[in-house]
Amino acid sequence: MSLRKHKNTPSYTATQNACKMCTPLGATLVFQGIEGCVPLLHGSQGCSTYMRRYLISHFKEPVDIASSNFTEETAVFGGGANLKLAIENVASQYAPAMIGIATTCLSETIGDDVQLILNSMDNTIKGTALVHVSTPSYTGTHVDGFHGAVAAVVDRFNPVGKRIVYRPKKKKKINLFPGMLSNEDLRHLKDIFEDFNTPVTILPDYSERLEGPSWQEYQAIQKGGTPISAIEKMNVAVHSMEFGAVLALAAENGQETAGDILNKRFGIPCTRLPIPIGVKATDRFLDILSRISGRPVPERYRKEKWRLVDAYVDGNKYVSKKRALIYGEEDFVVSMAGFLAEVGIIPVLCASGGKSKTFKKALEQTLPETLIDQVIIQNDMDFTCMEETAAAMPEDQRPEIIIGNSKGYAMARRLKIPMVRVGFPIHDRVGGARILHVGYKGAQQLFDNIVNTILTAKQTESKIGYSYM
Amino acid sequence: MTSISVLKQREKQIYQKGNQPFEMECETKSLAGAVSQRACVFCGSRVVLYPIADALHLIHGPIGCASYTWDIRGAQSSGPELHRMSFSTDLSETDIIYGGEKKLKKALLELIDKYSPKAAFIYCTCIVGIIGDDVDAICRQVEEETGIPVIAVHSEGFKGTKKDGYKAACDALFSLIERNKSPRVTLPDSINIMGEFNIGGETWIIKKYYEAMGVKVVSVITGDGRVDEVMQAGNAALNVVQCSGSVSHLAKQMEEEYGIPFIRVSYFGIEDTSDALYQVAVFFDKNPEILKKTQDLIKEKVQAIIPRLETMKKDLEGKKAAIYVGGAFKAFSLIKALKTLGMEVVLAGSQTGTQEDYKVLRQMCNEGTVILDDSNPLELAKYSVEKDADLFIGGVKERPIAYKMGIGFCDHNHERKIPLVGFEGMVNFAKEVHGTVTSPVWDLVPRRQNLTGKEGAI
Repeated sequence: MSLRKHKNTPSYTATQNACKMCTPLGATLVFQGIEGCVPLLHGSQGCSTYMRRYLISHFKEPVDIASSNFTEETAVFGGGANLKLAIENVASQYAPAMIGIATTCLSETIGDDVQLILNSMDNTIKGTALVHVSTPSYTGTHVDGFHGAVAAVVDRFNPVGKRIVYRPKKKKKINLFPGMLSNEDLRHLKDIFEDFNTPVTILPDYSERLEGPSWQEYQAIQKGGTPISAIEKMNVAVHSMEFGAVLALAAENGQETAGDILNKRFGIPCTRLPIPIGVKATDRFLDILSRISGRPVPERYRKEKWRLVDAYVDGNKYVSKKRALIYGEEDFVVSMAGFLAEVGIIPVLCASGGKSKTFKKALEQTLPETLIDQVIIQNDMDFTCMEETAAAMPEDQRPEIIIGNSKGYAMARRLKIPMVRVGFPIHDRVGGARILHVGYKGAQQLFDNIVNTILTAKQTESKIGYSYM
Repeated sequence: MTSISVLKQREKQIYQKGNQPFEMECETKSLAGAVSQRACVFCGSRVVLYPIADALHLIHGPIGCASYTWDIRGAQSSGPELHRMSFSTDLSETDIIYGGEKKLKKALLELIDKYSPKAAFIYCTCIVGIIGDDVDAICRQVEEETGIPVIAVHSEGFKGTKKDGYKAACDALFSLIERNKSPRVTLPDSINIMGEFNIGGETWIIKKYYEAMGVKVVSVITGDGRVDEVMQAGNAALNVVQCSGSVSHLAKQMEEEYGIPFIRVSYFGIEDTSDALYQVAVFFDKNPEILKKTQDLIKEKVQAIIPRLETMKKDLEGKKAAIYVGGAFKAFSLIKALKTLGMEVVLAGSQTGTQEDYKVLRQMCNEGTVILDDSNPLELAKYSVEKDADLFIGGVKERPIAYKMGIGFCDHNHERKIPLVGFEGMVNFAKEVHGTVTSPVWDLVPRRQNLTGKEGAI
């Protein structure tokens, strides 16, 4: 069950221009973030091909996803034989370290017990680990597939009681479950940990694999990703961090996350915090990191922070009280809203196609009380409802800027509202995977981009067209 | 490139001209785990019907199939743009348990009320075939209630290959044409343009040629399509079928049921475009004016573009190209078009070619050309590098394979926004090819620099 529809938002039976993708897509993205892993979808050929297309259009890199290729007979008699054949063929073509197997609506509905099939193969083939995550497309969204796959991988490589002998080192190792961030975000997070002189295992990490160099020789599986050996050692970390305000509330309500698994099995404390977008959220992230690593926040971040605050000041009057429509994954929207609020932009419509029960609460906890009654919060929302809601707002309340992924472009164009591209997917620009959102540096880039988009719109609309601000 | 090995079961779908007897295995289902570049039955149906711009296209199933096909084709419309919307019943767990019929009906009635489409197509996805929704019954009910054609497209993803999806779309189209109850009158010198999807405005280019020739276009299936126009298709004297794979089933059906003959053509490249127009002119030889006008048209058009092509040809002479496309028919045209530009084809493959197609391909290609059926990323990478291609022609999924290895790329799939048909399209095609092949960026990439050791050790 998702939020009750806001009184001003229309309600339809059909979904029109969805603001979400299906569950297995999130799982295939996670598998791309594990070193030597090939994703395999247990279902029709089309699922793999469509998701490959979707991901390639964003990352502009090869994204191979295998399929067990259901036929009519498979659908009637079960997909076990096809799955085994697919696993064998992937293993012999790619020689992967792992095959990440996600289900689809089809294999889930016919009731294939994938885990049972994998158990019969000892969950390995020629040294390749077989890891399964259940991702029926009719429950949840791509975000649930993403978190589900992270949890499944952690579960598989950190079984109960199999703790690697812990030899305390000077450096305290930390696990980070960042959620669905951009390549540039992941790279920046790695830099931050390095500057803290603190080893980290980030799961997943597709930042190298889905944005690699030009090649001398073709790579069946691109280099990069979280090594399985590192995942196996997650149970000796001193702490886990999990990004996502909505995920944190869902975990409180009993959803089992990767951090939970490590906590329950190995007593590793898990701190959940919102995606660090903006000054306040980044402060919080760095404070926590400083506390659990026992190291002070490096000087360069203090510099970055005060430079950012100075930039906020320089640009304050261009954004203050501007109204924004933001959309995307729920956790992303919550953190984005927090950032906008701290620079004076009112996120008048916070929308998501996600279906959690905690979206509203997470936003209420993030936004200042003085702002909350000016904000429409709606999840399980598609772009058509977003557009109609925005269009129906009185002129002095209507959004003046739209912030989100490429899929909102048609809406922005019709509403004639300038747009800033962030998040996933970015299908109509280059560099989508290089957009930085997190940290002070990310906030700096977002801020500049938003201010400049507003200035550009003003300049273009102006009859005079001043060449100064 | 010895590091890439080919799956044993796929060996019969790979042929290197000159070194083995030709026995291409094709028209089979894709091998599990092979990472085929094909899509599914639903995809086949969706691409054929997509350009009908005043119809409602409702995808019955969980959200993915609708999300991934939302506004992803360059099929333009001169009027309504309902086809660029993505509608889904977005089935959830309870719908799977209790059935999706009620939700489908409610969604349909709401959408028809809101958008006033001229017809509605309901695409059945994988799961609908499993939970057993009687989509045909719902369609009948809604058609009765709303008075517009409401047609089920039986495109469950697992029920075959993309080709079966083409067939399901053809069935839906025929069912739409059959709803026209007015008596059929064969219009003189008239055609249907079939298998042409108005990518980047291609239909408009071709339509202009036929207008100039004095040939009447009754309907286009389905480029810049309109429901009313499609329903007139039974009145044409001839069906001119491009992209033979996608609508040949409909052309055959119309020949059997209405006695409308069909010819197969392609509008890619000077040779094939001219040939297409001549074939139509010859068919209407009772009206010699048409042939005369056709000759004039082709002469004028060819003369206009040759100098531009010649300039680009100077840079492209002797360069090597790899082609991997959906239907083999397109590959034939591309080979000829590349020849016009002085280029040689070293790899040619398709997702859905037939025995017949591959025999033709084999005859058209030089010794040593690799011919592939239902290939995958690793094979395409292996052979385009082995054959040292300078250009790859394909779609979104092939692009990064080429780019990673420092090979130029030309998008020839439905996502493109540039018209490549006809004489004007040949110039666009040449510009695309020329632009990418002669780009200076290749001088920087490691494979082209033949770097060894530390610098190129990636």
